Amino acid sequence: MQYQAPTDLADVAALLASADGKGRVMAGGTDLLARFAAGMPKPDVLVDIKHIAELMDIEQASDGSFTVGAAVCGAAISEHAALCSAWPGVTEAMDLIGSVQIQGRASLGGNLCNASPAADAVPALIAAGAICRILGSQGERQVSVADIICSPGKTCLDSDEFVVSLYLPPRPPRSADAYLRLIPRSEMDIAVAGAAVNLTLDSADVVVAATIALGAVSPVPLLVPRAADVILGSKLEADVMTRFKSVVSASCRPINDKRGTIDYRNHVAGVLAARAALIAGKRAAREGL
Amino acid sequence: MKQHICTHINGEATEFLCDAADTLLQVLRDNLRLTGTKEGCGTGDCGACSVMLNDRLVCSCLVLAVEAQHSQIETVEGLANGDSLHPLQQAFLDHAALQCGICTPGLLVAAKALLDHNPSPSESEVRFWIAGNLCRCTGYDKIVRAILAAADNMRTTHDGAQS
Ligand SMILES: Cc1cc2nc3c(=O)[nH]c(=O)nc-3n(C[C@H](O)[C@H](O)[C@H](O)COP(=O)(O)OP(=O)(O)OC[C@H]3O[C@@H](n4cnc5c(N)ncnc54)[C@H](O)[C@@H]3O)c2cc1C
Ligand code: FES
Ligand code: FES
Repeated sequence: MQYQAPTDLADVAALLASADGKGRVMAGGTDLLARFAAGMPKPDVLVDIKHIAELMDIEQASDGSFTVGAAVCGAAISEHAALCSAWPGVTEAMDLIGSVQIQGRASLGGNLCNASPAADAVPALIAAGAICRILGSQGERQVSVADIICSPGKTCLDSDEFVVSLYLPPRPPRSADAYLRLIPRSEMDIAVAGAAVNLTLDSADVVVAATIALGAVSPVPLLVPRAADVILGSKLEADVMTRFKSVVSASCRPINDKRGTIDYRNHVAGVLAARAALIAGKRAAREGL
Repeated sequence: MKQHICTHINGEATEFLCDAADTLLQVLRDNLRLTGTKEGCGTGDCGACSVMLNDRLVCSCLVLAVEAQHSQIETVEGLANGDSLHPLQQAFLDHAALQCGICTPGLLVAAKALLDHNPSPSESEVRFWIAGNLCRCTGYDKIVRAILAAADNMRTTHDGAQS
């Protein structure tokens, strides 16, 4: 295996293209190096993307949107006060990943491109409507995070493509998001289920926009527009939340495994989504008018 | 082909040769004989291999040695000042916060990172911070007491020095 650490964006695509399918990008390496240790074959060329400015920056534009470099580590995201206050759900999802040690390395781009059904940051990014900037030897394209993962472990990226950054759009006032997951321990485990809710309230606390995304309850993270429809136009009243919970549970397509049975996962996803909606609602209301 | 890496370890300019696939943990222990850093799992779960890389706490089993090029690394060997132990090391001894000792170097490095970042952590902040450091022997309680005692001690000494 050859190691390359280019400082220029264009060099990454060129290195990947010349490796002819046998190249691989590394951000924090917390998934990749653990898999090498477990015996996964190594690529011919490993391209470390952490020396490229665009991949390591967090930028806020004057319209309130953020562009987060795909390789920025979790610790740097948590230290960015403006990003944490604008996107509490995305940043708390990232912060749940692993230990302090893992936070020193793990990135949003890695969490997404690893394409695990249980990845914590992915449902939050999907609910947020985040868009990836993707670069390859043929040029650039923008793809919504919701369309990146095709199946467990597989993304829609070509072998010479990589994610440069994640764009979080500007949002109306009184908007907020939240992410919750259930793990058997209080730290350091893989989600049994995860739920992200992003919503906007009007001045009377009525939900006027909502996006719900679930993790660990289907082969790929799941958008649930049917559940969003239930809370649209409501003030998240108790009877609405009961219906919301059952629609969320009915939308899940989980597997039985040692972490949880199908019934348990369906149930927990509903409970988590309802709690996340209430947290997002409180956060949005606190934002003032 | 071996790669030539120039780095700083515990403040000292250090060079080594390694393969692209070698982990920083392997090079620290096998090439540089800095065997204070331990290997537990090799997959990021146990924290025995914790070191500071450019001021961030990381698992050295999940860092490639080649990534150390032109960086700053701190290991447990850099904690003591000559013959005088770091207050955390002394507190671990005083509180019997170790049995087999495999987890200890990683916990010391992680605890130092915590106190550099937050000199007066609460007990629950200590427990969450060390969630990535597994100990199979002590049950953690003595480790938590030792870290809190060291924090106290370091604040007193620091306040004393200032007044
Ligand atoms: C102890 C431990 C605990 C963990 N806990 C959690 C957890 O609680 N929740 C969770 O979701 N995950 C967890 N993980 C998994 C992992 O830490 C996360 O998925 C992390 O976000 C991966 O980011 P990375 O930068 O380290 O990715 P890397 O390991 O560098 O890369 C992961 C994959 O994505 C590809 N890739 C990386 N960046 C890009 C890019 N910009 N463009 C294209 N492809 C790219 C790589 O080629 C590789 O296939 C844990 C891992 C460990 C070791
Ligand atoms: S050896 Fe690195 S975390 Fe266990
Ligand atoms: S003292 Fe043995 S693992 Fe902690």
